[in-house]
Amino acid sequence: MEETLLSAVQGYMYPNEMELQWSVLIVLYPFITGLVAGAFILASLERVFNVAAVKPTYRLALLTALAFLLVAPLPLQLHLGHPERSIEMYLTPHTSSAMAMFGFVYLWYLMVVLVLEIWLDYRKEIVLKARSERGFLGKVYKVMTLGVDNISPESLAVDEKVGRFLTVVGIPSAFLLHGYVGFIFGSIKANPWWSTPLMPIVFLFSAIVSGIALVLLTYMFVSAVKGRKIDMPCVDTIARYLMYAFIIDFSLEMLDLLHRVYEADESFKSLDFMVHTKLYTSQILVQIVFGTLVPIGLLAMTQLVTLTERARKGIYATAGGLTLMGIFAMRWNVVIGGQLFSKSFLGYTTYKMGFATREGLLPAILLLLLPFGILWVLIKLLPPWESDEAAPSEGPPSPEPLPAAAASDPVEAL
Amino acid sequence: MTSRREFLLSTGKMLILTGAAAQAYEHVLAGTPENAPNYKTSEHWWAMAIDIEKCIGCGGCVKACKEENGVPKQPFFFRTWVERYHVKEGDAEHPEVDSPNGGYDGFPEKYRTKDNSKSFFVPKLCNHCAHSPCVQVCPVGATFESPDGVVLVDKSYCLGCRYCVQACPYGCRYIHPETNTVDKCTLCYHRITKGLTTACCEVCPTAARQLGDLKNPNDPIHEFLRQHKVQVLKPQMATGAKVYYNGLDGSVR
Repeated sequence: MEETLLSAVQGYMYPNEMELQWSVLIVLYPFITGLVAGAFILASLERVFNVAAVKPTYRLALLTALAFLLVAPLPLQLHLGHPERSIEMYLTPHTSSAMAMFGFVYLWYLMVVLVLEIWLDYRKEIVLKARSERGFLGKVYKVMTLGVDNISPESLAVDEKVGRFLTVVGIPSAFLLHGYVGFIFGSIKANPWWSTPLMPIVFLFSAIVSGIALVLLTYMFVSAVKGRKIDMPCVDTIARYLMYAFIIDFSLEMLDLLHRVYEADESFKSLDFMVHTKLYTSQILVQIVFGTLVPIGLLAMTQLVTLTERARKGIYATAGGLTLMGIFAMRWNVVIGGQLFSKSFLGYTTYKMGFATREGLLPAILLLLLPFGILWVLIKLLPPWESDEAAPSEGPPSPEPLPAAAASDPVEAL
Repeated sequence: MTSRREFLLSTGKMLILTGAAAQAYEHVLAGTPENAPNYKTSEHWWAMAIDIEKCIGCGGCVKACKEENGVPKQPFFFRTWVERYHVKEGDAEHPEVDSPNGGYDGFPEKYRTKDNSKSFFVPKLCNHCAHSPCVQVCPVGATFESPDGVVLVDKSYCLGCRYCVQACPYGCRYIHPETNTVDKCTLCYHRITKGLTTACCEVCPTAARQLGDLKNPNDPIHEFLRQHKVQVLKPQMATGAKVYYNGLDGSVR
């Protein structure tokens, strides 16, 4: 290990800097929370801003956000030297620490915003299922009703009102969740690669971009698997929003870059060298060219040229995939890139990722797959689409045609 | 009535340690030196003075520190280390720096004189900043500034999240491979609260490093600060660093 670490160093690094402190798991953390915040903001488009076209993805976006939010703290836990002490962040938080606020922002977002909003939105279906299902599943639904089984029109109207209010609260919360993650990096004055007030804003917009891309892909994938028709006006609208958000995100990142190049402060030569060497592939090629310019170009093409439905679907899927790759690369370049140069600006090191180690590639891949597993379970329990069958007769007519209970057997519903 | 065991223990301590140190011993061990009858945290404000002109790069301080504080022997764990700077005439922006094994074994001769350049050694350690960025970011307050101006870590409380390592501009922190918690220079707190100096200062053959108590008007550090043009590392970081260097070249970072 000694030899490997020492051989990875070029130039001069402070001795304690040779070991990289934050691994690929810490790359996952902003990536995953970004997906959560982005997916939620997409969901809120329909509810708060009345963008009716994206309605088919509203519930799917909420469930996706929940699935990823549940996984968000796991890479952190796996990374800690003493995970058993992490509860201390709740018990004795250090108020001047941005990181200490994570637990609170996380809990607020998970419990108050997401879970409550999903519960309110699905409450009618949950109650109906609790009445109709037998056995274990029936019990699960019964627990999920939280003992409330009033689904009168008045009661549902209240749900709708509270839900809308929650979404309104949820938008700044989503901004807080991810802007705060950006602040964790942006506020470290010791590290010039991180230290910029633009960091929270860049993180936020890249979060919106990645979340929209994820929901777009998930919606298209789930529809294909289920053999359901893809609602083209819906995906067209989402793709358009993806492009807008991406253009803002890219402009912000370029502003940051331009500022660095023009100011060329004491750290510039060191960082510039890094971008041209160690970060060239992940930053210039994967993030900027293939992860940003190509998807923006593809999406712009769908706006300028009339294309067949099939071609548009293909383009959206490609652009969505490239977008996720690009945003992941952006997180990588921030977290790993910020540790490859010495704070003496005189040297560089290399990140050597393990495979089946505690912080290696394998746990990272598993942690990225886990949310999809959770989402699959969530979709089975709480089908996000409108039923093909009529809602059970005992359900009172809702004030507006709410998405009714899905097929009676949720296992079959998939 | 003192038992024989207690008598032997206390006599032993009195024999081994100075009287004052023995008095404070239990309180220091218990982590509450402020309760020791002869050590009041409010009466001290610790700092260090380093004279670059005097450092000969022998690495004695690095060795002594690792011995005294159980710092792992590998070349990427240091509470203190020594850097050698080699600066070509007028080229402060591109110094050549090395620190083989942190200077633990001294420095093999590398540079010739009279090649229009200068070489010098820079001992480094935690700056015990008065506005420590590392303390600011710790999510649970496991690292803190003591009332007598020393930045310390509570090992039993540290999560090992490494945020403080990222926040230190000077590269003074590392994760101890055995405890999985952060480790750093304590300014030999277990020694200075007993009236001793730090291990690194103790062994320095040229007195290039000197512990100083800024609250003690008779401490020679006041004379040092008055007599020399001193500078701290990376003053632009505004961390309130308390390791003062005499003869610090502009190329040092």
